[in-house]
Amino acid sequence: MSEASQHAQLSDAAPGDEEEYDVAANVRSYVVGLALATLLTVASFWVLHTKLIWAPGIGVALAVLAVAQMGVHLVFFLHITTGPDNTNNVLALAFGILIVSLVVIGSLWIMANLNHHHMPMNEMMNQLVPLLPGQQRRS
Amino acid sequence: MSSSEATLTDRAAVHDQGAKPSGQPSKRILVGYGFWVFLLSDIIMFSAIFAAYAVLSGATAGGPSGAQLFHLNVAAIETACLLLSSFTCGLAAIAAGVRSQQWTQLGLLVTGLLGAAFVALEVREFAAMIAHGAGPQRSAFLSAFFALVGCHGIHVSAGLLWLGTMMAQLYAKGFRADIMRRLLCFNLFWHALDIIWVGVLTVVYLLGAGQ
Repeated sequence: MSEASQHAQLSDAAPGDEEEYDVAANVRSYVVGLALATLLTVASFWVLHTKLIWAPGIGVALAVLAVAQMGVHLVFFLHITTGPDNTNNVLALAFGILIVSLVVIGSLWIMANLNHHHMPMNEMMNQLVPLLPGQQRRS
Repeated sequence: MSSSEATLTDRAAVHDQGAKPSGQPSKRILVGYGFWVFLLSDIIMFSAIFAAYAVLSGATAGGPSGAQLFHLNVAAIETACLLLSSFTCGLAAIAAGVRSQQWTQLGLLVTGLLGAAFVALEVREFAAMIAHGAGPQRSAFLSAFFALVGCHGIHVSAGLLWLGTMMAQLYAKGFRADIMRRLLCFNLFWHALDIIWVGVLTVVYLLGAGQ
């Protein structure tokens, strides 16, 4: 292992910490982040009103733009990078993303499945009532 | 980042942090990391509310739907407020890095004003909806809407209180190491709220209005 990478392993960075105190470079990073985020937000509103995109695809386009914007925020505002001093931050983030996708996708999946197999309430009562003791069968 | 040895050692010197000889990270890194883990758990909590909203967004019980209720203009202005406040919050952090009391306070003040504008717009929106009989008790969709957007709004309001406290502490105590750590955590919190708002804007307003 080279000396440089040994050094890199020892030193961690707090999330949100700028890499060095060069004011101009840091301000530039925030300006780039703001510009990209604005661009993506405007694109989201544009996608909604444009006729260029096939209507059922709009939801997917919006989701892609939102994920891209979250990425921009993470990189330019929260300074989560792929650098060796950021390994712990990235691992925690990856675990968070895993849980978030399990919760969201799992909930949507199982609820859609339940809705699919759901029996309307009056239909269920009609089938259940004759089975109850002391009930006349409604013909 | 060019992870050359020179940058890393310079950086450790400038921050007065980095690795101690024992390999133990500095307190600033530990605090920042711990707060990052907290934020991720907060985002996981939000993901459950997002999932509830997504499941219930069609359950209007004969009441008004998102397309009838949401004003995209208001949502756009709210988004602009929050995005700009995230930006000025970052500028304040840079100013604090070079120990400029004036610029840090100015950055935090603008952040606070933009955040307050966001909360005011949201409260107005909620009040108008409730006045039109579209309160949280109207339908499962509206319950989920108020839970999700309200929870984010409460986070922003709590952030504003924290922001005011930070401005006072910074003014009274200066750039002490502990104050700087709190400022770092506040920054992370504020940026994370903006990330959650991106989700709210897309899932609630844009997808809701497009239905």
